[in-house]
Order: sequence, then structure tokens, then C-alpha cells
Amino acid sequence: MIPVVLALARRAIVGNLRRPQFLAPLVIFPTMFLAVNVGGLTSTTGLRGFPKVDGFLDFQLAGALTQSLLLGGVSTGIASALEIEGGFFDRLVASPIPRFAIVLGRLLAASLVAGIQVLFFLALGLAFGATIKGGVLGVLLILLIGMIAGIGFGAIGQAIALRAKNASTVQGIFPLVLVILFVSSAFFPRDLLSAPADSIARFNPLSYLADGLRDPIISTVSWQPVLEGLAAAVGISVVAMGLSVLALRGRLRDA
Amino acid sequence: MAAIDVRGLEREYKSGLKAVRGIDLAVEPGEVYGFLGPNGAGKTTTVRMLVTLLRPTGGSATVAGFDVATEPAKVRRRIGVALQEAALDQLMTGRELMELQATLHGIPAKQVADRADELIGRVGLSQAAERRVGTYSGGMRRRLDLAMALIHAPEVLFLDEPTTGLDPTSRSTLWDEVRRLKADGTTVFLTTQYLEEADQLADRVGIIADGLIVAEGTPAALKAEVGLPHLDVSFADCPDLSRAKELLGRFGELRPAPEGADVSVAVAKGAEEIAPVVRVLDEAGFTVASLELVEPSLDDVFAEKTGRHLEGAAEPAAAPA
Repeated sequence: MIPVVLALARRAIVGNLRRPQFLAPLVIFPTMFLAVNVGGLTSTTGLRGFPKVDGFLDFQLAGALTQSLLLGGVSTGIASALEIEGGFFDRLVASPIPRFAIVLGRLLAASLVAGIQVLFFLALGLAFGATIKGGVLGVLLILLIGMIAGIGFGAIGQAIALRAKNASTVQGIFPLVLVILFVSSAFFPRDLLSAPADSIARFNPLSYLADGLRDPIISTVSWQPVLEGLAAAVGISVVAMGLSVLALRGRLRDA
Repeated sequence: MAAIDVRGLEREYKSGLKAVRGIDLAVEPGEVYGFLGPNGAGKTTTVRMLVTLLRPTGGSATVAGFDVATEPAKVRRRIGVALQEAALDQLMTGRELMELQATLHGIPAKQVADRADELIGRVGLSQAAERRVGTYSGGMRRRLDLAMALIHAPEVLFLDEPTTGLDPTSRSTLWDEVRRLKADGTTVFLTTQYLEEADQLADRVGIIADGLIVAEGTPAALKAEVGLPHLDVSFADCPDLSRAKELLGRFGELRPAPEGADVSVAVAKGAEEIAPVVRVLDEAGFTVASLELVEPSLDDVFAEKTGRHLEGAAEPAAAPA
């Protein structure tokens, strides 16, 4: 199964690279958002209860990363839906490969793309004066959390694609992604959010994911937020992959 | 053992539409079986069931000796599939897709490149192999699709309307390849809405209409079922039509002459009878202006069985037999 998964992942990555209009929004949109936030909200770092940071960019990098990873999930979903619409999915299903390999191939690609997204935003941050306090270990932890989260968000996109079977429906989840992100601590500390956003953020796994991505940037590695972030990424991935497999089974059963 | 054995196969969709309503057919190893029918007749639904993409809701089918419903993985290992509207990833090059397909079929990594090269060359795409599929013409895509379906030398090849929408040259190239596959002993299940395609390529033809097989046999046998070939004769100058009819009546039963002809006569031996007919008429002093041998087509068979024409004619044909 491994050669098949690798071959399908390679195809998905090649497809991404040859379709820059799908890849570009993953970094351009969060970068613009990051620029606007950093430009207009820098003084908020002085608010009581705001974590001790060298600059607002350091704090906001994790938000941009989380947003980018979520968009990666939308992109994976759209690519999957296009594969179904175009009939290539049928070709894969008619091949003598384990069905799970079809899901895994694309998710492996999503994870690798997520790694690139992480490195892009860390490099961007460093270029504009951010520091990564956690050092090399911090970078590796951010990469790990990001790549696992990439699998999870990719699996959500894929599950929606398998149910919806068309790209426009998957595209329609984009606004929902933003809403879920804004009721988390991705862009603002949870303690400074007002009700009911603070309560929602407490139960929003994206809060823990963003905090886990943020901690190695703004401080030396503190294991609690990192492990919580890792747990959130793994939890999202396990649940989403389960949904994706169920959606695949449902699709094949309904066929 | 038949390469494809179908018994009472049915498919009813959730909407209640019964696309396939209990069909039986058997395709022998090495045979090219033409599955002929108009759009919406149930051809593609049948193929999708046989290649394990769609679950039958009734009946059973085996392909290469394995049940499509209970042993789909074994079926998939033994079949090649080129579905309608060549489903290819337009962002990939022809070679990349061939190599991916080889990996999907478990061809060892060391053999992948050679096998891809061989088939790319066989379908005449060597020059275009490094180009993205999005730049290919319709005919090139179909040829690549066929090459991909052959990557693992399948026992049974399913071609779903492989030439629909293609120009005559591309169609001819694909026909040649199907003939070559037949010569190599590959079993081919070919769906088509083109009469000529079924006539040219198929050893046997199954005609499907409204989810049921309405006729099955060799093209020649099916055509013989609906009548003999006939000669339509028109004369440059014919002062004695009854004498002409008497002479032609010796060759077979006279039929009502169609518009533009003076006499029409059924001829059991077809083209073999043309020379004797011309000789007799010439000796009797008749000057033939035109003489046309009209042979029954598979469309006549379809019309005979369903009361409709397969393609082209909008008006209903004769009532079903």
C-alpha cells in the first residue's frame, strides 16, 4: 500500500504546484490578514492580561498559521471534489488498491503542504522581526503540530467533498472556516475575549491548536500548551479521518 | 468458462429509476462483444456494475471468473477500464499518468518506466508523453486512456463508448487498436452508440434498449433476422416495367420500390447477384440507370425490435416484432 499512497501523494502535490491559483490563497490571504492586524492592533499588546511578547507580530504568527492551515483543508476538499467531478476518482476506485489509500494519499500531500505553509510563515515572521524563542526545538514542534493539523483539516475538506461531490459546495465552507477561527484564541488571547466568544473559544479546539503553535514562538517551549496543541491536532485528525473514511464508505455504498 | 457471465442483472437507483432491468449475457474469452444502444439505454450502468463501480440491485455477474459483488478486488486486478469521457488528470503529463496507473496496478517499480514507454509508443503518443494531458486533443486523450487501461495486460478490457465525439481519423486509430487486442486474445466489452463501430469490431452484438437486451448475436445473424439484402434498380428508359419485374422476379421476391427506384428485389446472396442481374437486364435490352445493393443494418435490427431508430431518424420505424 505504501508505494500507492506515495504515488497518490506525489500526484496531489504535483497537482498543487501546477495549479498555483489553489496554492497561492493559502499564503496570500493569511499574509494580508496578518499585515492588517499587525499594522492596526499593535497597541493591544499593552492590555492587561495580554501575554508577554516581544511584538504583536510574534503573537499573530500563530493566528496566520492556523488560518493558512484551515485554508489548506478547503483547498484539499476542492481538489478532491474536482477529482470526483472529473471522473478520476472513479479510475482510482476501479483500481486494485485499498480504498483507504485514496484517502491517505491526499492527506499525506496535505500534510506536506502544511509543512511548507508553516515554514513560509515562520520565515516571513523572521524576515519582519519576529523571534522564535523556542529555537530549533520550537520550530520542529510547530512543524509537527502544523503537519498533523494539515492532515486533520485536509480530512475535513475531503469528507465534505466525498459527501457533496462538487467543488462549489466545498468552496462554500470557506466563510464558516473564518467564523470558527474568529471564535478561538487564534487572533486574540482567550482571556481578553468577551462573552460568549470566550466560552466558545474555551471549547474550540482551534484555540488549543493556535496556542500550541504560538507558545514556541513567544516563549521557550512550555510543554502544557504545546502538548495541548498537539492533542488538538491529533484529535482533529483522528475524528476528521474517521469522518473521511465514513464518507468514502458511504459514497461507495451509495454507488 | 465465460470471461463475462451476467445473469438477471438489475440496477435500480434510489430515485426508483430502473436503468438495467434484468439482463443476461455471456462473453467468451478472446471475444469482442459490442454492447449497442442509444443514450440512456443502460449501457454505461451495466459497464459500471461489471467494473465494480456500481452495486447491482439484482441478479449476478462474474468477470474473469469472479463475482463483481462479492469479489470486487479480484475483479479489479483482472480488468482494464476506459470509461466514457476519458477521466484523466489534466495537470499531469501522459507519462506521469501512465506511471501512476502502473503503480496502482502493482507493477514493480523497475518495470514501470519500460511498461509506460511501451504502451505510450503503441498508442502513438511518444512525442506528446511529456506534455500535460490538458493540452491533448480528444483523440489523444482516448488513446492515453486506452494505454492506461492496458498497463497491466488485463484479461478483460471494458471500453465505454471509446470513440464518441472523436474525428474519423482518431476513431480509425482506436478501431485498429481494438482489432490488435482481439488478435492478442484480449476479451473486449465495448459499448457504443455507433452502428458501424459494432458492425466493424464486434464478434457478437448485444442490443440494449430501456434496460433490456432486445437482440443478441453476430452482426450478420442479427441482420439476417430482419430480412434479406435487396437490389433497388432504376432504368434510364423503361417502356415495359412489367417485363423488367418478371426478369428480376427470377432472382427473388419483389418488394415495393422505394422512391427513386423502379423495381426492388430481395437477393439472398447479396453482392454475388449483382452481375447476373445486370447481365439479364442487358440481354433483354434494358438500360440500367442505377443499381443499389441495400443490406439490412443493425439499425434495422434495432428498429425491428423496438420500433425506434438507433441514431439519426426522428420518426418512428415499424412497430416492434
